[in-house]
Amino acid sequence: MPTAITTPRAIRLVVEGQWTWYRRSWRASVVSSVLQPVLYLLALGIGVGTQIRPGGATGDLPYLQYLAPALVVASAVQTAAFESTFPVLSAFKWQRTYHGIAATPVSATQVALGQLAWVALRISVSAAAFLVVAGLLGALTSIGAVLSLVVATLTAVAFAAPVIAYSATIETEGQQFSVIFRFIVMPMTMFSGTFFPVEQLPEWVRPLVWLTPLWHGTELSRAVAFSTWEALGALGHLAFLLAMLAVGTHLAVRNFNRRLAI
Amino acid sequence: MGTSTESLVSARGLAKRFGDFDAVRGIDLDVRPGEAFGFLGPNGAGKSSTMRMIACVSPRTGGELTVLGMDPSRDGPAIRGRLGVVPQQDNLDTELTVRENLHVYGRYFGLSKAHVRAKATELIEFAQLADRSDAEVETLSGGMKRRLTIARSLINDPELLLLDEPTTGLDPQARHLLWDRLFRLKQQGVTLIVTTHYMDEAEQLCDRLVVMDAGRIVAEGSPAELIAQHSTREVLELRFAAGTQDEQAVEGLAERVEVLPDRLLLYTTDGEASLAAVHRRGLTPVSSLVRRSTLEDVFLRLTGRTLVD
Repeated sequence: MPTAITTPRAIRLVVEGQWTWYRRSWRASVVSSVLQPVLYLLALGIGVGTQIRPGGATGDLPYLQYLAPALVVASAVQTAAFESTFPVLSAFKWQRTYHGIAATPVSATQVALGQLAWVALRISVSAAAFLVVAGLLGALTSIGAVLSLVVATLTAVAFAAPVIAYSATIETEGQQFSVIFRFIVMPMTMFSGTFFPVEQLPEWVRPLVWLTPLWHGTELSRAVAFSTWEALGALGHLAFLLAMLAVGTHLAVRNFNRRLAI
Repeated sequence: MGTSTESLVSARGLAKRFGDFDAVRGIDLDVRPGEAFGFLGPNGAGKSSTMRMIACVSPRTGGELTVLGMDPSRDGPAIRGRLGVVPQQDNLDTELTVRENLHVYGRYFGLSKAHVRAKATELIEFAQLADRSDAEVETLSGGMKRRLTIARSLINDPELLLLDEPTTGLDPQARHLLWDRLFRLKQQGVTLIVTTHYMDEAEQLCDRLVVMDAGRIVAEGSPAELIAQHSTREVLELRFAAGTQDEQAVEGLAERVEVLPDRLLLYTTDGEASLAAVHRRGLTPVSSLVRRSTLEDVFLRLTGRTLVD
């Protein structure tokens, strides 16, 4: 007779449950999480990029190659934002599937960790698909792009964790999420150094940019892809992302317990 | 206490407080193996809070509780592994099929894929959903969803099944079908704990029940015992033309009179005799009915009001 279940096992089971759902509905998500960034890469990298001369700002690389390792991070963060909002709200409020899981040996804490693990898996798969396409388009300069996949996944979960924590507190129909998309995700995507160097921004804006996980992820991803990294800077970015992940995970676990185990 | 060691659920002074609201105010109860135990009470009486504590999802804030001989605050996951839970609101994954819901849910109990597959097939039969097993849950009727929720709660062969208002919102056909399934489970030896605010459901299903009101247990016993203790043998129901109902007029004709908005209930050992007395007083009800006491009468007596929704 099965009794308690270890946390790694419980996380795997939550991911398995999500996978069962995803297997049925992955087609729709391929458009937003793979096709859309590929279109960006084509339009900006190959379209706009032909008008941009390689220079200091692009690390002397063609714009397409300058863009690819950053775009994979930006689109991972966007996918993370979607996966951490409505699906989480739905599992608490509309479908109440989390409540169902919390009635099994799997605990509220394990549900939170499982959800985060699922987002990480889901992002790494679409980021990998994007990188394959980017490689075929000649947008990748070295095998270091494989490390960009790791950086993209880390950046995305670092952002996902606090968003999941926030989604776990929402009792309404989720109108708040449009604020996250419009005023956090959108500007962050535009101004965190993905498309042009942050140095182009007015000086007073830059401290704001340094607070975004996407800027740290972008810097780190380009550094590993172009092998231009230096230890101290890389450690700083890594530390920022890991700290955000740790705090976000802590809050998510707390909020899941408040909602499921009261 | 001799009985508490062999009880599946034992509570002493069990309490639940949310902020400054006392949902459960110190209740004692013992649920014995193989019985169907009911919580009856109006909305807000504390039934669901009690169920959630027994289900080991809601930590108690006072008193003692053991479930299957273990302490929920320490052994929650181990206890939950041996329980089946049918929540008040269905929480099926509506985008998955009937079968997928059972597969996914069974896995959370740590059961192997092969075991879950075989068990799912058996439960789909039991829930009479064989012809819908590959349909998405979204397309099922309310009664089918409820049967699936019950089937799902059995995926781990639970020793104790917790049902929170299992038939609320279902049509009569669906309710009878559900009762039949629950009755079969009981015959197989599964212990049931049911909350309901339907008296007929309590009478149908429960060997023993407690009536809760405002967080306390106000009566306990079998349906027959409760009726014998808290009501008379018969009830005379009188309806008067609109605006002419007057409880003063029937004073002294029954042991007790319950005033409902649309009729008077006269609690008496001999309904026909009381009706004759009513007529002798020159009263002319539009209609009258003599019937046996039911749990509903006990309920009205104990909670002092009709069901609050």
